[in-house]
Amino acid sequence: MITFKNVKKIYQTNEQSIAALDGVDLEIRKGEIFGVIGFSGAGKSSLLRCVNLLERPTSGSVTVDGQELTTLSAKQLREAKQNIGMIFQHFNLLDSNTVFANVAKPLVLKGIKKEEVHRRVTELLAFVDLADKADHYPDQLSGGQKQRVGIARALATQPSVLLCDEATSALDPQTTQHILRLLKQINAEYGITILLITHEMGVIREICDRVAVIEAGKLIESGTVFDVFSNPQTATAKNFVRSVMQDEIPASVQRLIEQRDAGHHVYKINFLGAHTGQPLLSQVAKRFDVDVNILHGSITELQNIPFGSLLVELIGETAEIARALQYIDQSDVNVEEVLADAS
Amino acid sequence: MLVNYTDIWTAFLQTLTMVGLSLLFSTLIGLPLGILLVVTRKGALLEQVPLFNVLSSVVNVFRSVPFIILLVAIIPLTRLLVGSSIGTKAAIVPLVFYAAPYIARLIESSLLEVSTGVLEAAEAMGATPLQTIFRFLLPEALSSLVLNLTIATIGLIGASAMAGAIGGGGLGDLAITYGYQRFDTTVMIITVGILVILVQGLQTTGNLLARKIRRH
Ligand SMILES: Nc1ncnc2c1ncn2[C@@H]1O[C@H](COP(=O)(O)OP(=O)(O)OP(=O)(O)O)[C@@H](O)[C@H]1O
Ligand SMILES: [Mg+2]
Repeated sequence: MITFKNVKKIYQTNEQSIAALDGVDLEIRKGEIFGVIGFSGAGKSSLLRCVNLLERPTSGSVTVDGQELTTLSAKQLREAKQNIGMIFQHFNLLDSNTVFANVAKPLVLKGIKKEEVHRRVTELLAFVDLADKADHYPDQLSGGQKQRVGIARALATQPSVLLCDEATSALDPQTTQHILRLLKQINAEYGITILLITHEMGVIREICDRVAVIEAGKLIESGTVFDVFSNPQTATAKNFVRSVMQDEIPASVQRLIEQRDAGHHVYKINFLGAHTGQPLLSQVAKRFDVDVNILHGSITELQNIPFGSLLVELIGETAEIARALQYIDQSDVNVEEVLADAS
Repeated sequence: MLVNYTDIWTAFLQTLTMVGLSLLFSTLIGLPLGILLVVTRKGALLEQVPLFNVLSSVVNVFRSVPFIILLVAIIPLTRLLVGSSIGTKAAIVPLVFYAAPYIARLIESSLLEVSTGVLEAAEAMGATPLQTIFRFLLPEALSSLVLNLTIATIGLIGASAMAGAIGGGGLGDLAITYGYQRFDTTVMIITVGILVILVQGLQTTGNLLARKIRRH
């Protein structure tokens, strides 16, 4: 649906040239929600803006729906843009226009008849649950409501692609959840392909199917959200995963780990997928003469698959613990002892 | 008092005519000029840096000539345009030359206040340059435009008083010829009083209108 081929974007400032995108290859499939994550200045916005040519790539090609936009005439490009909706971190609504007029704007630009505009805008406002705010002005709305207006506006021309530039970064966590759910609903109901950029791994976890990590203008890692979360390859990806998985070891557990010589053995059990459903730990406690002391853990869902890890202390004879570990290992769940210097 | 109230009324109407017509013409010139100054600059909608540089320099040249010199310097042109170099009509020509570049700059600064985000949204929607100007730039800048045009109008009232000195008539003329040169304090006080009320009224109206547009 969207294809990047060796895309470079170089900003020329007075003295220096900055390579914001340094040879990006990327394929975004029809109907998926694709997330690009990276730290500030990594090149996320440049990447996104190259899709609808708000920035022109210095070299390489970007194809949307089979059309290479850089080869189009100005008129063709304007038409192509109606197939690409965009929402922004700071909403970018017209303060001088009502909610209704804001959502109607792309239709009015297209020269669509008044009754048709009215019908469509009413429908869109109902979809984003803002029917009662049609005559309000943006400065009378909350951040979440403004973003919903932005979403309705982006959908007005029935695009097949939606670009989201840090669409939730200016919102509080609860509002963020609302907006993300709405985006997911748009993806599911209309089959719109969504490309979003963010610096929050929580956003990726919440709605993305696949993710790419960008650093210094290069995509350094990509894959399904599950793969990247369960098995991050690069230090940056690991950092991002850690930012939402809270696998930091609490101080009390840390103290236990440091008492290994006194016989405390702490293990980290990583659940990857289907196993999480099995009552593994209770079976261990039943089958072997060990006590399982759950110290800490976080289990989440990625693309509807449970995922996470538990920190447990196994108490018992050394030999019995070894047998228990072997049993856990056989069940395909990844287990490792947490050592004091490992953290 | 050396004049009667009819004279003052006539002068008042002359001032209104001078200010009104020169405001109209200088806005007709200044508005497109201001828009061009915004859209042709580097990185803007219709980037044309050479054109921008030329326009900007021309505006600066006119802005740097003191009005009293402009008044005299363009007398031949005035004569060409209105057939005479004295009178209310003749005063309008230098007033327009004075105010149009000024208004262009004021409009430029109003339009530059429009957030780049809104223009970006216009671009992402596939708006044409004209649509961007008329459906995004101007509506978003409207309240600031009203305030700046109020400032320009008040500036024109001041300048029209000076234009009166070369026979343009109006309240300024009255104040100078009778109030100043013939020491008629009453005429001086009345004319200045009317000007003060006029300026106050304009500014208040401008503020109200701008606030109404912004709705708070
Ligand atoms: N118009 C521009 N002119 C010059 N340099 C730019 C321009 N836009 C971006 N850059 C530079 O390109 C690099 C990538 O910028 P970009 O905005 O794509 O990063 P980002 O990942 O979106 O960052 P953030 O999370 O802070 O928005 C940065 O070093 C930035 O300074
Ligand atoms: Mg950015």
